[in-house]
Amino acid sequence: MGLTIVQKILARATGRPSVQVGDVVEPAVDLAMSHENAALVVNQFLEIYKGVELPPKIWDPSRVAIIFDHRVPAESAKTATNQKKVRDFVARHGIEKFHDIRGDEGGICHQILAEYGYVRPGYVVVGTDSHTTTHGALGGLAFGIGATEMASVWALGAVLNFEVPGTIKVVVHGCFGPHVTPKDLILHLIGKISAEGANFKVIEFHGDAIRQMSTSGRMVLCNMSVEAGATAGIVPADAETLRYLRVDANVLQEIPVVAPDADASYDEVVEIDAPSLVPQLACPHTVDNVVAVKERQGMKVDQIVIGSCTNGRLEDLAAAAKILKGKKVAPGVRMLVFPASWRVYRKSMEMGYLEDLMEAGAVIMNPGCGCCLGVHQGALADGDVALSTTNRNFLGRMGNPKSEVFLCSPEVAAVSALTGVITDPREGDVR
Amino acid sequence: MTTKPVQTKVVYRLGDDVSTDAIYPGKYMATVLPTETPQYAFADNTEFNQKLRSKQVPPGSVIVAGANFGCGSSREQAASCLKGYDLTVIARGFARIFLQNAVNLGLRMLVCPEIEASEGDVLEIGEDYVLNQSTDNRFAVQPLPAARRAIVAAGGLIPYTRKRLAEKNR
Repeated sequence: MGLTIVQKILARATGRPSVQVGDVVEPAVDLAMSHENAALVVNQFLEIYKGVELPPKIWDPSRVAIIFDHRVPAESAKTATNQKKVRDFVARHGIEKFHDIRGDEGGICHQILAEYGYVRPGYVVVGTDSHTTTHGALGGLAFGIGATEMASVWALGAVLNFEVPGTIKVVVHGCFGPHVTPKDLILHLIGKISAEGANFKVIEFHGDAIRQMSTSGRMVLCNMSVEAGATAGIVPADAETLRYLRVDANVLQEIPVVAPDADASYDEVVEIDAPSLVPQLACPHTVDNVVAVKERQGMKVDQIVIGSCTNGRLEDLAAAAKILKGKKVAPGVRMLVFPASWRVYRKSMEMGYLEDLMEAGAVIMNPGCGCCLGVHQGALADGDVALSTTNRNFLGRMGNPKSEVFLCSPEVAAVSALTGVITDPREGDVR
Repeated sequence: MTTKPVQTKVVYRLGDDVSTDAIYPGKYMATVLPTETPQYAFADNTEFNQKLRSKQVPPGSVIVAGANFGCGSSREQAASCLKGYDLTVIARGFARIFLQNAVNLGLRMLVCPEIEASEGDVLEIGEDYVLNQSTDNRFAVQPLPAARRAIVAAGGLIPYTRKRLAEKNR
């Protein structure tokens, strides 16, 4: 029997010819990422060394990345102090993959890792953020861990006692129809298999629609795989992956790739017919509460959010700008746009997207995560309805348990900004 | 390792898919130290949060939940804030990262796929079962995989990592 991609990656990372599902392994880590919660990682890391007669030493500082993105620039003295503590630690331990609060190289951690070519096919990537699954889009095994586990990785360079997960193979046949996007596909999948449907498993994506999809779109799929409970989502690397790494991320080194065997054994195979998909909406307060957008057509919205590690990339802003150009955001609706990084911000500026969005009435925000998880700007009033391209709609997610969050694609968000109500982009030219 | 059965009480009953945003809302994430996180446990539920903070919940009390407890964020505060009150979580299932964080920090939790209990019920917790003494129903506990039990037995991931570091540098 052949091996899944995760088995192949873990075999390499453990120096074994092969591994079986359920084996307990200790894979070597290729990249270990944290954001502001590095403050807690630092605390736990130093705690480990209090009990041993060794000086605190990161196993390989070149494999550690730290990016400030959750509360940037700091919204409080407490955050600023945490950031300062991490900044000092970074300098002391020689961590070079550090992205501070800067307009030239800052942004959301998951966007930065891709843009800077820090992730390669076949890598084992861990991050103290559940959306670390995003990096499966480049053909590696990437998953979220807690801060104490990261402290252990910093010390030992491996994930301890990791069980080789089983894999769900998702095959997406055919091409998307007009106004249907990767976000609609992943919301559909989560609705279909449920918020715990992939718990402790990996989702491997295959099929025509995936092969034709940009890396940016694949990042949406892998990013939200965790919302079905998956340990990781992976798109096996192909020509598009190499194009992205060479052209967009300026990677010059050799790029080995890993592919699953044709006769690999899967726990389950889910087949999806892309042409039959329609724009999707995740309704409060779980991400698997998914319906077709048209089922909620006409519901009034108070705030539109485009951004986050899920849908704040150049093609997302381009799609929104195309819809909003020359038109106006409906009165009474606040539209906030958070580019995923300063590189995305500047590129959108060059392309004229920001101008189009601002002219329509959108507010261009600072790249960062803050609004998505209710910690920094864009707070909702009691009773407010937000329509957002972010990844979670849990009760209280955007900071107010008396508000509601609906999740959708950038196209649905942009069209709905014009009408002021939830709108299916296939309804034709609105206004 | 055998442990004596303990008798305890259900102080909070929750449904499926309790997210880490419910357990420890994002707005308190700038607070990171395990000594400081308990004040924000279930902060959006003012009533239960007040009960915890005013020490009306005895140590060892139980939260019972449905499937997929702790889904969402990897924030470790969601485990440390509950451990701060010495709570036990019994759920029909847990999300992966929360489960691993609980193991790593030594938060007691039991995977009990059939558990049925209401607030106020008295439970007897044994090594591989939960007996609801209020309803006289007994539920099997799914054992943690050996790999995770090893970390629990070491007292959490910090002592476990210390041991491994010492071995590596011997």
